[in-house]
Amino acid sequence: MNMRIGILSLQGDFAEHSHATLSAAYRLNTPCTIVHVRTKEQLEGLDGLIMPGGESTTMSKLLLRKGMFSEISKIPKILGTCAGAIMMAKKVEGAIPGQHFLSLMDIGVKRNAYGSQASSFQMRLKTSLGDVDATFIRAPLINFLGENVKPLAYAGENPVAAYEQVGNSHYLACAFHPELSTTLFHEFFLKLGSNEIAQQ
Amino acid sequence: MDNDVIFKIPILFASVHTIAMPSKRHLYCGCIITAVSMARKKIFKGPMQQRRQRVFAPQQPQPEIPLRQAQPQQPSSPVFGTFDVKSGLAQMLKGGVIMDVTNAAQARIAEDAGAVAVMALERVPSDIRKDGGVARMSDPLMIKEILASVSIPVMAKCRIGHFAEAQILQSLNVDFIDESEVLTPADEQFHINKHEFTVPFVCGCKNLGEALRRIHEGAAMMRTKGEAGTGNIVEAIRHIRAVNSSIASLANRRNVEYERMAQEMRVPYQLVLTTAKLGRLPVVNFAAGGIATPADASMCMQLGCDGVFVGSGIFKSSEPEKRAEAIVNAVANFADARALAKASEGIGEAMRGLDVKEIPHQNRFSFRGV
Repeated sequence: MNMRIGILSLQGDFAEHSHATLSAAYRLNTPCTIVHVRTKEQLEGLDGLIMPGGESTTMSKLLLRKGMFSEISKIPKILGTCAGAIMMAKKVEGAIPGQHFLSLMDIGVKRNAYGSQASSFQMRLKTSLGDVDATFIRAPLINFLGENVKPLAYAGENPVAAYEQVGNSHYLACAFHPELSTTLFHEFFLKLGSNEIAQQ
Repeated sequence: MDNDVIFKIPILFASVHTIAMPSKRHLYCGCIITAVSMARKKIFKGPMQQRRQRVFAPQQPQPEIPLRQAQPQQPSSPVFGTFDVKSGLAQMLKGGVIMDVTNAAQARIAEDAGAVAVMALERVPSDIRKDGGVARMSDPLMIKEILASVSIPVMAKCRIGHFAEAQILQSLNVDFIDESEVLTPADEQFHINKHEFTVPFVCGCKNLGEALRRIHEGAAMMRTKGEAGTGNIVEAIRHIRAVNSSIASLANRRNVEYERMAQEMRVPYQLVLTTAKLGRLPVVNFAAGGIATPADASMCMQLGCDGVFVGSGIFKSSEPEKRAEAIVNAVANFADARALAKASEGIGEAMRGLDVKEIPHQNRFSFRGV
């Protein structure tokens, strides 16, 4: 079955996500169509949506102006990296007044918790999907995990990637940017919802 | 074959002959013929084989030098300020608008409008142009105020080549430094060596040579120079087109041509090759200098820029809030003419423009620092 994966292309590193998703689909040998989502109409009939890294304030404003919030909530699986993860979280610290969130996933995040760009860093991470080179750029801190949320990776003591299944919906959030260095998370994301993952 | 074996065979042959054939003459003949043929093989093949051996095979097995083993892949400790981290921030700014602001209130307007970052400076370029004199780095106090008032990245400008100003800005924890031609250049020979800094740099360029030289010096992001403070898009478009057409002309060349181009542009051959392979600049490239309307922003995006800087265009217009929001919307929907029309509706008067032809050559910012 041909999977339709949307990539929110309003702002951020959506081009890198598109590249990572196509490489992941190639590795899994799954047919996959990429939709660069810029309007509400393009959200219809998607099997999954990727929310890229960028500025969560900008992303929130643009989604609100386009009235895309309710449509996004209906999509069966969502991957959010960095700003995307902030958009998905239920609790957000450090948001600016008037900033709206999708509030889909039972995690708490703190914006710019590590500080300015001077505190951005790179490190090799052991994740439950495999080892990855993770880049944290003005990254959010995941400071709370709900009961059903499974952590996939830790940097020190902080969870930096998490997965949750709510009914038939799957949510995957990363505080770092897997799209810049690996396809592991995109492969996991593409497999979500299929029987293969249920067996794991 | 061993020497002994070669000479044993005829003897064996001879003994067989003695049994089978009574005639001694036959025996000698057979024996001699066999011996000669064996000897010939030995004489003619032997040296050849030896020669071949000398050329193609090592005389003795070389002692094996152990290759450096890859480190076992353990979770490592964090590394700060690598080029990946620096250019990574630029990647996250793509599809966004970076606005010049001069105080905390303007910074908040920019953040509310949906800017991805703000550029903190004392005077916007059109005022710098009007006032004349030497333009320098802004007051650290003002930069700190802006850093405290917004949650989005804050950029600040330093003079071309003025590494001390850059060190000061880095110590203030700004997120990005713009080594800008809008300020009066401090060094006419050298730009800052940007590899020495952990904070990323953005630099202006008019053509591919300038862009690659800045990238070689360590810039994590590029922007066109345009002609800042004019509200006139013509120079920015000229620079975007110059870079684009140079990159297009890099396609399908021979290596010697790349070598020649690298020499002409005074950059490493490898950087030219990378650019040719990518078909674009190896770092994020924004448009800057003269953008005043949503349509200007859309035009730059359609020409292949990753985002836009708006300097004087917003806070020198009649209704900054509306214009800021309109330009953010225009960049997010740059290919959708209907959305652009909606964004351009009723946003007040744009900044008063300036014809670039009226500016004497020596007063143009874009000729500073090549």
